[in-house]
Amino acid sequence: MEYRLVDLKPGETGKIKGISGSINNKRRLTAMGIVQGKEITVEMIAPMGDPRIYSVLGYRLSMRNEDAQTISVVRT
Amino acid sequence: MNKIKDEFIADPKNGGSPIKKKITVVLVGNPNCGKTTLLNRLTHSKESVGNYPRVTVTLARKSCVHDGLHIELIDTPGIYALTSQSGEERETREFIHSGQADIIVNVLDAGNLERSLFLTSQLIEMGLPMLFVLNMSDEAHSRQLTIDHHGLSSMLGGPVYESIATRGEGIKALLDGMVHMHRQKVSPEPVFLPYDAHLERAVEKVQRLVFELHPGSFDHNQSRWLAIKLLEGDDQILVQEGEHAHLLEMVHRQRYDLARDHGEECEFLFAAARYGFVHGMVTEAVHAPKTATGFLDWTNRLDRIFLHRFLGIPLLLGLLWIMFQSTFSLGEIPMGWIEAGVGWISATVASHIPAGLVHDLVIDGIIAGVGGTLVFLPNIIILFFFMALFSETGYLARAAFLMDRSMHAFGLHGKALIPLIMGFGCNVPAVMATRTIEDHRSRMITILVSPFMLCSARLPVFILFAGAFFGEQAGLMVLLMYFLSIVIAMVAAVVLNRLILRRDENPFVMELPPYRLPTLRAVMIHMGDRVAGFLQKVAGVILVGSIVIWYLQAFPRHEILNHDYDAEIARFQHMPEAVMYHETINALKMKKSQEELEQSYLGRIAQAIAPVFSPLHFTWKDTVAVLTGFVAKEVVVASYAVLYAQNDGVKERSESLRRALSTTMTPWEAFTFMVFALLYAPCLGTIATIRKEAGGWIWAGYSVVFSLTLAYSLSLSVIWIGGMVS
Repeated sequence: MEYRLVDLKPGETGKIKGISGSINNKRRLTAMGIVQGKEITVEMIAPMGDPRIYSVLGYRLSMRNEDAQTISVVRT
Repeated sequence: MNKIKDEFIADPKNGGSPIKKKITVVLVGNPNCGKTTLLNRLTHSKESVGNYPRVTVTLARKSCVHDGLHIELIDTPGIYALTSQSGEERETREFIHSGQADIIVNVLDAGNLERSLFLTSQLIEMGLPMLFVLNMSDEAHSRQLTIDHHGLSSMLGGPVYESIATRGEGIKALLDGMVHMHRQKVSPEPVFLPYDAHLERAVEKVQRLVFELHPGSFDHNQSRWLAIKLLEGDDQILVQEGEHAHLLEMVHRQRYDLARDHGEECEFLFAAARYGFVHGMVTEAVHAPKTATGFLDWTNRLDRIFLHRFLGIPLLLGLLWIMFQSTFSLGEIPMGWIEAGVGWISATVASHIPAGLVHDLVIDGIIAGVGGTLVFLPNIIILFFFMALFSETGYLARAAFLMDRSMHAFGLHGKALIPLIMGFGCNVPAVMATRTIEDHRSRMITILVSPFMLCSARLPVFILFAGAFFGEQAGLMVLLMYFLSIVIAMVAAVVLNRLILRRDENPFVMELPPYRLPTLRAVMIHMGDRVAGFLQKVAGVILVGSIVIWYLQAFPRHEILNHDYDAEIARFQHMPEAVMYHETINALKMKKSQEELEQSYLGRIAQAIAPVFSPLHFTWKDTVAVLTGFVAKEVVVASYAVLYAQNDGVKERSESLRRALSTTMTPWEAFTFMVFALLYAPCLGTIATIRKEAGGWIWAGYSVVFSLTLAYSLSLSVIWIGGMVS
């Protein structure tokens, strides 16, 4: 079942399927390790629900929900 | 092919001598990998020997001598990739290709290898000799990661070292490695990333054509790199090769075919291949215990407190309050010393220089102007102590995370919060604090917006005006000004975002490094660099600005005044002491200086441009105050004191000045002036800082024009509304 990364709840992990959106968006995310086949976990949510902290490739990054919207994942 | 490489390393520009006495080493790595700390360790944190000013970034240059070899080390900004997307990436790349670099030292976060090595996969294709440093290896050890150096080294085609830069471990070995690499002319085995057959075929085709088009100018590595960049659709390289229509057409066709066959843009096929290569390497060379939780335990625990849903923001505000209080309250004590010191110097110098032009220039121009800036030094030192603490511990990224939602509503980055709050104290450190914002565009918006924050230098102006015109409601008016400054800063951010600065969609993705204990050394170096930068550059502009303003006030000399004040003063001084004796002399002196000001260039300029301000109901006297406020906003009060012939040493709470002032304007006109004073052009110190931080006079000019326009139009609206209401 394919989801958007924003749809995952804290503690849930997904496998990255692809990135949509602009080429800049894709470039930046790719450089940060958001690439197809990698596992990504939702770790924490900011007080106002946005952004959220994810862990990928063994490190943590903060991403806005509007950017997480462009990433499709499969739940694992 | 090896021969070509050897010549390349030996640097043909060096007059045929294969061994250079001096080598240039460029440090490249991700943000937060400890690159700058490592650089300072390598060079024993010697004074920076200069910079390479580039368009968007400045590459710091430090040097050391090791084993008889002069090594010049270049620090590059932290980057995650080597595309041409950001200025930082572009300029790092250009520097590597400029022929000035002999060796690349790739600094890797040992505890975060897989992500760090993505950049490496792009660096090794650039064909320069490389050294790899696994920095922060203590963190990797504490997570029980074992890294096979030998295996990694053979896969990367260069020696691998280990270091803990914060403690100075592994530094000598690394320096030895550089010297060895240079002396032995160890050329690394060229590493070719294994792309799949389709990509490889395309690379070869393009590479062959590149070779033909640029005969003799590239070796194998370089032409391959160029071919890969072309296929990746690198904007800068495409433009660079723009004259070769034939080449571009071929690249375009290959890209199109590959994208069609693989269902993915060519660029990301390459990225996937790189990550595949990196993953293979990490799987082989890094061994983690099965039980590893992945992330550091105490970082988890601290995050549960600092990023708590309800506690997180109050904690952040508490910490900011401590920072703000320390910066401006604690700073006041040494500020007093500096003021006293400047006063002493001024008095000492005054007693040694005979009265006259030189005396006035030195005392009223140079010492007063530079001294006026120097008093900010304690603020800057304390602020940067906190900034260093926040960023070295990793808390800064957390603060940005917590505030991002609120700041984002105004088109600002989460990290903009700190500069904006600092702005309430002084705009100079506020603009300097924007350095923590990596995204260039967000940073420029923050730089342009933070001078709207009501700084402590503007407060005296509002206290004076509120007291003079709004009596009982004075406190409320000052509060209103604070409120206005926040609203306007936010609205300006939205406006700049929408209208003026080009909108390119950079996603807000920010690494959250593990919490780290800062070392005193790192904090000190961080502070020292900032302080030195402040003193050098700002003081230069301030010096010139103060002399100019002094000149405008003091000249032309020997004008005939309406009244022979000196004679009258002398007459009073010869009279027997009587009641009101001192007051009369003082009053005469003030009247004299008022008339001198009126006839000075400054007064004449003010009278000439006063018509511009007449829609705002400003008189030429208000215009003089506005003009002198350019130097520093608190000067406005001093100017009014002179303009309304008040005694020396007038403070904003002075009753007589209030009374004098209150008869000259209506409350609405006063409010108009307050709005104008809040918003119009940042002071000279801030302008100088903007020029330095934003990298050019254009931004400083932009800031001045933008704020003047805003100040004028808003004040105009206020006076119109006032006219309609009353």
